[in-house]
Amino acid sequence: MSALEVLQAGPGVTVQDGGRPGYMALGLSRGGAADRLALAEGAALLRQPPGTALELAGYGGRFRADVACRIALTGAPMRATLEGAPLSWNASHVLPAGAVLEIGGALSGVYGYLTPGGGFDLPEELGARSAHLNAGLGRLLEAGDRLPLAADKGRETGLTLDPVDRFGGGLLRVLPSLQTGMFPEEMRARFVEERFARDSRGNRMGIRLTPEGEGYGLTEGQSIVSEVITPGDIQIPGDGAPYVLLYECQTTGGYPRIGTVIPADLPRVAQAAPGVELRFRFVSRAEALEAEAGYRRALGAIAVRPLVRDPADMPDLLSHSLISGVTAGEEHS
Amino acid sequence: MTAEPCTDFPRIAPIGLDGVIVQFGPALSEVANRAALAFCAAVERDPPEGVEEVSTSLVSTYLRFDPLFLSLEALRADLDARLTHEDWYAAPLPEGRRLLRIPTVYGGDFGPQLGEAAEAAGLSAEAAQRELSQAQVRVNAIGFAPGQPYLGTLPEAWDIPRQAGLTPKVPEGALVVAIRQFVLFSVSAPTGWRQVGRTAAPLFRPESETPFLLRPGDEVIFDSVPAEAWDRLSDDPKGGVTVEPFA
Repeated sequence: MSALEVLQAGPGVTVQDGGRPGYMALGLSRGGAADRLALAEGAALLRQPPGTALELAGYGGRFRADVACRIALTGAPMRATLEGAPLSWNASHVLPAGAVLEIGGALSGVYGYLTPGGGFDLPEELGARSAHLNAGLGRLLEAGDRLPLAADKGRETGLTLDPVDRFGGGLLRVLPSLQTGMFPEEMRARFVEERFARDSRGNRMGIRLTPEGEGYGLTEGQSIVSEVITPGDIQIPGDGAPYVLLYECQTTGGYPRIGTVIPADLPRVAQAAPGVELRFRFVSRAEALEAEAGYRRALGAIAVRPLVRDPADMPDLLSHSLISGVTAGEEHS
Repeated sequence: MTAEPCTDFPRIAPIGLDGVIVQFGPALSEVANRAALAFCAAVERDPPEGVEEVSTSLVSTYLRFDPLFLSLEALRADLDARLTHEDWYAAPLPEGRRLLRIPTVYGGDFGPQLGEAAEAAGLSAEAAQRELSQAQVRVNAIGFAPGQPYLGTLPEAWDIPRQAGLTPKVPEGALVVAIRQFVLFSVSAPTGWRQVGRTAAPLFRPESETPFLLRPGDEVIFDSVPAEAWDRLSDDPKGGVTVEPFA
């Protein structure tokens, strides 16, 4: 069976998809791709419905397929080369049989995605193929792993798109949550003024933010009854530093929540790299619903166009292809 | 544990853009938990169109819905009607619940904080072990990790606080206690609760036909077994657990 082989893997390479909703009552959060938009962009570039992709946290790796296949590269831009020749990000390409695809570190953002044409032919576990590391479903990929490729009905490659810029932090729209009213007026005012830095602590469960000044701790915080958590919830643990939850979060939690980031802005949360600046703004439910409608429209109608190579890059490309035998072993990481 | 529902409850509150909870009390009580489970089962039988998932936490029923299909106002009206129509605090627990007996080794290396917990509860270690192993408790909720139950309510003496610091790691299967509840860990994790015993119950086995051992509303007894039984229990894929219909 044809497969994509992992020759070398970065520290956070997993198979992801749209996650597995429906298991909240049993303690399993939905999980799935940290940046849902990047998953949809990969599918659009291959003109296929969103399915499985490799999620590359911070760094890619080296990959090789034993048959020619189509691939799309989306999400956090990473330096990619095919047999040493540079490959455009946010684009679909042919990966020739046996050719080595090398993907380096993220230039901005956190999560890059490598989507194969047709997706991966992996068995479902509890209705999905995505790794949910916190639940012990699936695992981090490593050198030597072979991922079976599903049949690919598509043929088209050489498409590109203009991604929504979400890789450098920015403003997050927030709805009030269960305990918003417990935070004093002064604290809530400060919360929307402050420029938070994304802390180095963060993963697929959520990201920690560092306040500039004093934190947001509540003294009554300890006595709150544990309640259902939703992705986007902004918990304030005892240390007063906000923690924004992502799709692989726990299902319940007892820390007070100052608000909830709307779904449309979760890709921006996931893609905030350590040190990047994030701010919050409370919005009305009407505004959040409008944003949701726009987000779903955008997910369903991602505009792609032919990839036209920048003439400035051509000499470089030509030299790479002419002497590919020499550059094949070149390391770009 | 008062049976007197708080007057501010039940109340409906949004959680994010696509969720609401119907909260039956401000803190865990038998009656609030029962109401949440009963209401959840009723909504599950006859969900409003646009509701995509229902679940419970300790004192609430949670509904996730498509906010572009079903407005929060319409959902709130639907839920309000259901709350007015029936006294959920007086409703019986859902049918189909089960009684599970989970063999547990208490004390020693399997429950290193049994003595400490007993002291906090004002009991001797022997009396503590007897009380805990004879208590029949309900799965109040499953959360934090897949298949991981919060169970209660233990006798009054067990209203002991969590410890000030965290135990860096309890093993999978650790039975811990605080605030009149047990938690049975489905994964190895840090905790502020005190470990009194350990079980080999397979709480979450994704590859199995029945990945989740427990469901909210099930009843559990953590029977005491001697430490010598551990090897046999951990070799048994069922961890020695027996399941029988309860209600």
